[in-house]
Amino acid sequence: MSPAKKPPPSQELIKGIWRENPVLVQLLGLCPALAVTNSVANSLAMSGAVLFVLLGSSLLVSSIKRIVPTDVRISTYILIIATFVTIADMILEASVPAVHKELGAFVALIVVNCIILGRQEAFASKNSVGRSLLDAVGMSIGFTLTMVLMGTVREVLGNGTFLGYSVLGPNYEPWVIMILPPGGFLTLGVILLVFSWVKRRSAARDKVASSIGGPAVQEAA
Amino acid sequence: MTAPAPPADVPARPSASAQRLIATLGGFGALAGLLIVSVFVVTQPTIRANKAAALAAAISEVLAAPDRYDTLYVTADALTRELPSGANAETAEAVYLGWRGEAPVGFAVVANGSGFQDNIRLIFGYDVSSAQLLGMLVLESKETPGLGDKIYKDAEFVAQFSQVHAPLVGVKEGQGNGLPTELVMITGATISSRAVIKAINATLERVGPLLAAYDVQEPRP
Repeated sequence: MSPAKKPPPSQELIKGIWRENPVLVQLLGLCPALAVTNSVANSLAMSGAVLFVLLGSSLLVSSIKRIVPTDVRISTYILIIATFVTIADMILEASVPAVHKELGAFVALIVVNCIILGRQEAFASKNSVGRSLLDAVGMSIGFTLTMVLMGTVREVLGNGTFLGYSVLGPNYEPWVIMILPPGGFLTLGVILLVFSWVKRRSAARDKVASSIGGPAVQEAA
Repeated sequence: MTAPAPPADVPARPSASAQRLIATLGGFGALAGLLIVSVFVVTQPTIRANKAAALAAAISEVLAAPDRYDTLYVTADALTRELPSGANAETAEAVYLGWRGEAPVGFAVVANGSGFQDNIRLIFGYDVSSAQLLGMLVLESKETPGLGDKIYKDAEFVAQFSQVHAPLVGVKEGQGNGLPTELVMITGATISSRAVIKAINATLERVGPLLAAYDVQEPRP
């Protein structure tokens, strides 16, 4: 049996943004998506930390995949991920102490973020360094877009601001619930609903197009 | 959940020897340690400087911008300029005596109390001779956004701490008797307001006698 043909490298980058979006499709990384998206600044800081950890871990795991015995691969991946998380934590505390204080324990919890371990086990441990880095960047972009979308909805509605700047004016009465934990669930639920609706609509449109185009193509042939 | 068995025609990969497993984990552990310690050494001075700057800014705010301040360590029976033997300068309890020219401004004291969500850490300025507070700043709090967080976002509530006398008495809006010790609590955030008042009163009850007994004219070393 011939090995399955690998998709072009650009696909590894693009897939994480929409088709395999880690939060909206794979439903991974929901803990930070619910917990720290009460402001856009926090969403961006968490996304930056995840990008750093995912890139570092994917680089290292794809480089050492041949020398790590299968029996201890998960322990090794966790060790690598925890190392990068600790480094990210210290860099955040040194460079942006206010944001680090806001994120609290959620930076440390990146160690158990399923997106990171999932990409190491499912992708980086089986692919080249280049493809793994593209996959890591694509997944991080998909994660960042979702986090910023949630952060924007929650901060604008819950506080009337975007990145701390007032956008709805002084007369706006903030929906405080949006920056509380229930607001995270509500926002994620609505975004998942819209995402699913768009995907179904797109799939139905493709189906109709192929059913119309199919016989015509056959006749032309 | 058990892992799916490999197909019959794929030979099972033999397990690595115990020595190799230990060498792999040990090697990556050592590498992780080296990376973490290297980043720690680089970032720690900045983290310490950030914390010192944040503390200095807080002292400056609650003592209305003194020219300088002395750090005094709290022991069981007195305040002392020297760090008690065996104590760590970063964790030892301290109060800060502010000076404007050659005149003492007051003490800045850190207090902790249990809020609605979590521990509230704050610093307040205190003038021993008049038993009057000079200001209050919340250093750490996870109080409910939009409600409990008014203990540091509500300017009117915070402003009361620059004129009220100790021991503080929390009163609901419109129910006070106009006494100098009365402090109007925030409607909708009574628990958080009361937590701030309790933290300050408890700290003054414990540390107040030491502040009163301290000779501010004690020659500086």
